[in-house]
Amino acid sequence: MNDGNRGPGFGRSEAAQGYLLVATPLAYALLLLAVPLGAILLFSFWSQDYLTIDTTLTLKNYREALSDPLYRQLLLRSLMISAAVTMATVLAAFPIAYYVSFYVAPERKAMWIFLITIPFWTSYLIRVFLWKVILGYNGVFNTTLLGLGIIDEPLTFILYNANAVVITLAHAYAPFAILPIFVALEKIDRSLHEASRDLGEGYLSTFWRVTLPLAMPGVVAAVLIVFIPTIGDYVTPVLVGGPDGRMIANMIQTQFLRLNNAPMGAALAVLTMAMVTVVALVFVFLNRRYLRGRE
Amino acid sequence: MKRPLRVYAILYLGFLYAPIALLPVFAFNDGTVIAFPLRGFTWDWFRQLAEIPALHAAVLNSLKIAVISAILATCLGVLAARAATRFAFPGKKGIMGLIMLPLVLPEIIVAVSLLVVLLQLGLSLGAWTVIMGHVLIATPFAIAILNSAFQGLDRSLEEAAVDLGETKWSSFRLVTLPLVMPGIISSLLIAFTISLDEFIIAFFLTGTEPTLPVYLWGQMRFPQRLPVIMALGTILVLASVLLLAIAEYARRRGAARTGQKDAGGFL
Repeated sequence: MNDGNRGPGFGRSEAAQGYLLVATPLAYALLLLAVPLGAILLFSFWSQDYLTIDTTLTLKNYREALSDPLYRQLLLRSLMISAAVTMATVLAAFPIAYYVSFYVAPERKAMWIFLITIPFWTSYLIRVFLWKVILGYNGVFNTTLLGLGIIDEPLTFILYNANAVVITLAHAYAPFAILPIFVALEKIDRSLHEASRDLGEGYLSTFWRVTLPLAMPGVVAAVLIVFIPTIGDYVTPVLVGGPDGRMIANMIQTQFLRLNNAPMGAALAVLTMAMVTVVALVFVFLNRRYLRGRE
Repeated sequence: MKRPLRVYAILYLGFLYAPIALLPVFAFNDGTVIAFPLRGFTWDWFRQLAEIPALHAAVLNSLKIAVISAILATCLGVLAARAATRFAFPGKKGIMGLIMLPLVLPEIIVAVSLLVVLLQLGLSLGAWTVIMGHVLIATPFAIAILNSAFQGLDRSLEEAAVDLGETKWSSFRLVTLPLVMPGIISSLLIAFTISLDEFIIAFFLTGTEPTLPVYLWGQMRFPQRLPVIMALGTILVLASVLLLAIAEYARRRGAARTGQKDAGGFL
């Protein structure tokens, strides 16, 4: 906390004081984030030559990642699974955010938000693991349905496949989607609704033409906040995904820790970041155009 | 529209809490298979927890890492949030963007990139490498919390202190710091919780001493260990709910102290 220490720098300019303060966190981020990300990028252009790393620059890893069906399928599947998770999470979250923002009394809103965020802060590993317990062959869901006589044999399509990954991740990231939409809805001037109703719009058309457009920035934020971490999720595919639910993070881990092929792992990590960036840019761009189109 | 939405909201909360609600049910169930019907009540699984030295070592390791990470992340957070809210300087957006970047980066990327650099430098992995990673991902959360604490400050209070003869540093210590203290406490607790719960970075960067999530991960392969994991999970959930309640209380007191309207939530 070097906030303008006495000495000769007492009358330092505002910018200098700002730099002085931000220097330490910036140095930390440069050393432990920017440098490692740069290293990954560099690594991805090297290649593994049995036990040694060949440091001549090559596109070999990228060619392999994009042509080998195994890698291509994993990248594509990760994209599809995260897209499905994002859609399910955001669609399910919107009505909740809407309810809390428009129908819950102001003094009780904080309590609702608190209730929604609590599960998010409890052990991620345990929550994912519990879905395995719930969805498993002899799991809570199946044994309960069997016990009630609703089914004759355990359902198998709910564990060790992409469905299970989607359900589990949609649960894990629910608060991430609810909060930004809620914040966007809270900002809407309530008199706009009255105006719309006074001008003869019905309930649905008011929602469609007033509320939804104004909530769009929140929805876009929710999409990004859910999509980005889910595409790189490692735990859920391993615990509930089975062989058909594996995602790219599992392959990155295998390349680094098992196959000892860091350059290939680095190339896959860079491709994952590239996918995330492209999707993020598309959404930000759509949002901008959408907002501009309305002006 | 109010009634159907309310029903939906309650069902949704049920979906959110369903897995966690199962924890205590099976932690006290007298049977090794996690399925209904229940067999009867037992404290056995909790008793077994007390008899696993590897678990205790992992808990201690995790606590140590979480405390140090929380303190470091909050210090970095105070510096960055103060700079961002109080001063204007060229390149602020880019600099803050880089510091906040881990928020929008899949954690596996942070983990592997740190691993590559550490191994290239020939450094050995251990608790401190995990701390480095955890500080990196917890700092953006600390900044988000502390930003709102610093934003709520009335700048004229500090100016008054300086006018009354305090130095800049002593006015920061005597006026600003007490006002943002609830934010600092809440940031410490959140960073602590993040570090305690973080798996992927710890999985890559921990050496021979596992953290609690890494230990837990190893145990999940053994079906006979399930009830013990449920008991451990019950304790973990209780602990994090308690921590969060304290963090939320601190945040609200801070909001009340600086005269902000309560906006609710940490994010």
